[in-house]
Amino acid sequence: MSLAVPDGTGIDLQAGVPPAAAAAPARWSHRHLLDLDVVSWPEIELVMQTTDAMREVLARPIAKVPALRGTGVTILFYEASTRTRVSFEVAAKNLSADVVNIAASSSSVTKGESLVDTIRTVEALGADMIVMRHATSGAPYLAAEHFGGSILNGGDGWHAHPSQALLDLYTIREHLPGGPDLHGRKVVILGDILHSRVARSNIWSLTAAGADLWLCGPSTLLRGFDRWAPAMAGVPGHGRFTVTSDVNAAVRDADVIMALRIQRERMSGGLLPSLREYAARFGLTLDRLALARPEALVMHPGPMNEGVEIAPEVAVHPRSVITDQVTNGVAVRMALLYLLAGAAGRAREATGG
Amino acid sequence: MTGRQIMTADEIRRATIRISHEIVEKQAGTAGLALVGIQRRGVPLAHRIAEAIAEHEGVTLPVGALDITFYRDDLSLVAQQPLVKGTDLPFDLNGATVVLVDDVLYTGRTIRAAMDALVDFGRPQAIRLAVLIDRGHRELPIRADHVGKNVPTSREEIVRVHLAETDGDDSVDIERVVGAVAEPVAR
Repeated sequence: MSLAVPDGTGIDLQAGVPPAAAAAPARWSHRHLLDLDVVSWPEIELVMQTTDAMREVLARPIAKVPALRGTGVTILFYEASTRTRVSFEVAAKNLSADVVNIAASSSSVTKGESLVDTIRTVEALGADMIVMRHATSGAPYLAAEHFGGSILNGGDGWHAHPSQALLDLYTIREHLPGGPDLHGRKVVILGDILHSRVARSNIWSLTAAGADLWLCGPSTLLRGFDRWAPAMAGVPGHGRFTVTSDVNAAVRDADVIMALRIQRERMSGGLLPSLREYAARFGLTLDRLALARPEALVMHPGPMNEGVEIAPEVAVHPRSVITDQVTNGVAVRMALLYLLAGAAGRAREATGG
Repeated sequence: MTGRQIMTADEIRRATIRISHEIVEKQAGTAGLALVGIQRRGVPLAHRIAEAIAEHEGVTLPVGALDITFYRDDLSLVAQQPLVKGTDLPFDLNGATVVLVDDVLYTGRTIRAAMDALVDFGRPQAIRLAVLIDRGHRELPIRADHVGKNVPTSREEIVRVHLAETDGDDSVDIERVVGAVAEPVAR
């Protein structure tokens, strides 16, 4: 299609690719972003492409566009967070949305208001989108059932952190020597897999990208993943991943090593003998990094326990892209807010609401 | 759909050259001029105009590309979310006379969005507008300074601009939509 569609604007909408390369253009069809398990690879690529455009916006003298003018975005966090909360807020403001911040610790939640009540209240106060973090896995799914707008999961319990996985993927594609294609490239997630929503969301996006994905940590922190790995073979479009407690085998010849935080607040029941022993056996040190490919990327979703899961000198190593992850977080979240707003608007049009 | 050609490749070439002369004439020279094409077909047109000016004036004008996706006022109304194609303005807009270039001028909403986008990058001395086709039906008080061809159309018609750079050949066709291909204009 290369015509000026009479949609009231005279802008041609589908001429993004020359006719020769015209594949079916990807389209974002989800009203909510709860996890990546239901997001297709073409949709992930659309997020990556939209993120490129947002990076261009961020490089402008005035890093602000009116795309979400008049859209109410409420940021509702039931758990502590710096980077996710702030980067969603900056992203929404860069798109000219009206942003409201609610920290559960200073809201009526402390008076016993239920999650559903809070969601209804926020909707009544004019929110079109809610960015939500909750300590309970699945909480955003409950919220989505009671909210007329869009829910963006900013992290729920151990379950999912889709915007983090997408910014990880974007950062890998940007910095990986040899180009953005992840097929056959070895990506290792190292550390506390059990409690990690970041790992769980990354499993979906990295296996969809075709990466040779390895999960590595103490066997107590890998429980259940050995059953998930073969099950992925039955999920269309996703590859299997490898689960191991052998750090050297995992790290050897890796293209990307992503260290995860040891979540001390979630450690109980003798999952770990001690932080010192963990650091000695599983910490990402210079010695272990030396086993990886010479140009391997070092990542960490933050916040870091330096000296535990990652040695301080590795965190600031020239191959570390940890600060790039934070920077890209804003652009990726702008892309997500933009795509979700478009999908939600179309849904409203379709139902005449 | 039934289509008929309203501009041939030669006519497009002559119109582009005439516009290039008009732009220089209106500015009384080339000082301070910059061309900005609106994604997507405004961009190759802007480059063609710049080449024509380079030929007859011996001056190479700066050419930029503007994507107005984020400035549209109808994000929720379009069935297909527009693909963002990128903005690249490799020059200082402050004090420049910017000539916006687009293929078809219709409701004027694209141009309104483009002017919003431009002023986020700086304060041009003046903004002018050059289009290959003006098909009427304005919804905003916007008028082109330089027009390749005025084409009276009905709202049921579609103007298709083909350019070699984007579509493989040069031509402008007009087609009547049969049935409900077009989306209703929701305003």
